Amino acid sequence: MTTNSLPVRTEPPVRTPVEKPAGRGGRRLLRQGAGRQHHAGPLAYVLLVVMAVLSIFPLYWTMVAASTDNTRVSQTPPPFLPGPNLFSNLARAWDEAAMGKAMVNSLIVAGVIALSTVMFATLAGFAFAKLRFKGRNILLMLVIGTMMVPPQLGVVPLFMMMSELGWSQQLPAVIFPTLVSAVGVFFMRQYLSEALPDELVEAGRVDGAHSLRIFWSIVLPVARPAMAVLFMITFVHAWNDFFWPFVVLDMTNPTVPVALTQLSAGYVRDQSLIMAGALLGTLPLLAMFIVFGRQIVSGIMAGAVKG
Amino acid sequence: MATSTTKALTGEEPPAPPGATGGGKTARRRGAWLHRLDVKGAPYAFVAPFFVVFAAFSFYPLVYTSWISLHDVELATLDVMEWVAFDNYVELWGDSRFWNALQNTITIGVISTVPQLMMALGLAHLLNYRMRASLFFRVASLVPYATSVAAAALVFTMIFERDFGMINWALGSVGIDPVHWESDKWPAQVAISTIVIWRWTGYNALLYLAAMQAIPAERYEAASIDGASRWKQFTHVTVPGIRSTIVFTIVLSTIGATQLFGEPLIFGQGPNGVTGGADNQYQTLGLLLYEEGWKNYQMGRSATVAWAMFMLLVLAFVAQRLIKRLRSRTS
Repeated sequence: MTTNSLPVRTEPPVRTPVEKPAGRGGRRLLRQGAGRQHHAGPLAYVLLVVMAVLSIFPLYWTMVAASTDNTRVSQTPPPFLPGPNLFSNLARAWDEAAMGKAMVNSLIVAGVIALSTVMFATLAGFAFAKLRFKGRNILLMLVIGTMMVPPQLGVVPLFMMMSELGWSQQLPAVIFPTLVSAVGVFFMRQYLSEALPDELVEAGRVDGAHSLRIFWSIVLPVARPAMAVLFMITFVHAWNDFFWPFVVLDMTNPTVPVALTQLSAGYVRDQSLIMAGALLGTLPLLAMFIVFGRQIVSGIMAGAVKG
Repeated sequence: MATSTTKALTGEEPPAPPGATGGGKTARRRGAWLHRLDVKGAPYAFVAPFFVVFAAFSFYPLVYTSWISLHDVELATLDVMEWVAFDNYVELWGDSRFWNALQNTITIGVISTVPQLMMALGLAHLLNYRMRASLFFRVASLVPYATSVAAAALVFTMIFERDFGMINWALGSVGIDPVHWESDKWPAQVAISTIVIWRWTGYNALLYLAAMQAIPAERYEAASIDGASRWKQFTHVTVPGIRSTIVFTIVLSTIGATQLFGEPLIFGQGPNGVTGGADNQYQTLGLLLYEEGWKNYQMGRSATVAWAMFMLLVLAFVAQRLIKRLRSRTS
């Protein structure tokens, strides 16, 4: 991963206004849309604050509920301020609800998936962006087409395949089907076709470097910022993925979202415990958003279809 | 792209490695052959991992689903498949639970997608102003996206709780009777849609914002010279300017809506919520698929539901195209 101080510019330094970074504020907006960018009026600020509150409040309230106890949560009016039990509830969720194991599992699953997605997406993205080969356009169309195939539809054969492989209830069953992502390939292709000058690749060829060597010494350094963004976005998706892990894993070996369903299954619902679990399972991603929010926002915007 | 680049990259004219003249003739020829193999073959090797994994874990299962749907397969004995032709489809057609789930999927899909995308459009417009703390507002609108469907559904379950939930408390304070958010059909579907809307509005808004920023400023200038009001500029410049992004989000949201699973599963019921409420009042096709396969142990029927979902998706896109064509004809 890159250092914190690295400003991830998903915008390449040269050329074209097609790929834009987000969140780099006034400077670019001035340049780009001088006739357009009205200053926000008071009403716009009010609406934006309302939106921010609506976005954040459910998570804030998760924390509130996780820090009180079950009786307090079930009273009216509901609590709006944190209580004293946050850490004891978190500890309880960690132990009783197998959240500890689930967190480790999710870390492995999301980490491996994000790493392999980034690696394969960069390889394929490089090939689609900078190498000429027969069928390139058709293959690229195929990649984009696969985005339209909902993974849920193949779940029955996939489940049979996993039980045949002996991977039922095992992490590989969750990892293998998501080792690559079409969105990732497309994202890296877009980035590299802008950010990687043809002359660099050509120079490598002239020096007699073979393709893998060019990839390693020329492409990777250029691709690094986009790889970091893709890693984080893929990590978020893999961490939160629900349907397939829920089908193929069980409660003895769950990922975080799967373990969370177990929390609410008891006859007596311990609301504070449930909320503590939900909070615990969300914290790693929240931390990531707080530290790398700018990069994640810019990555999502850079990957958008525009026009 | 310069011609020389093209040639170098296509390998039509492999450049002789400089300073390689010292080696023997055969070694040089071997080197050139290797070089050619590398230039021709490497691109395929680079894109191969994607296609191999996709073929094995996505495409093959998708196709095999149709084969399984023509069989009786039980969860306990997955290797025993009994050919039943179209029996599963006939039974599904006559099963009221299927029609109920289909209807719920469509209604929840509409009440979750339409407001979500309209709100995202408004939010993107706001975020497109020049303002202080723009990064904060962007990250804030993306926070729900960082929340897993499981965590979100659990929180909203409590917020929509009938007896002590925040929403009924707020409604009660203005004199409205408690709403049965879980057991009544429409309130439950609204509550589930709220979870979807909460999670995805900000994400879609950022996609719109990215597209809005790619609209050339001249178009706005031309419009304002023509005396177009801000609202006119929004409807006549902004919205047409991001049309393909809107289409993209509609496609993705429609796919998401047909697959809806986690929200109705967890809302109110926990992992036993596959029935989608006591009266199936919010059972979606995704839940029915799971119930048939992993609660009733009928994998063949489960695969049949998957194909029904696929058909629904195809129909949705055909309908969208038709509507688009009709509208362009009338306007």
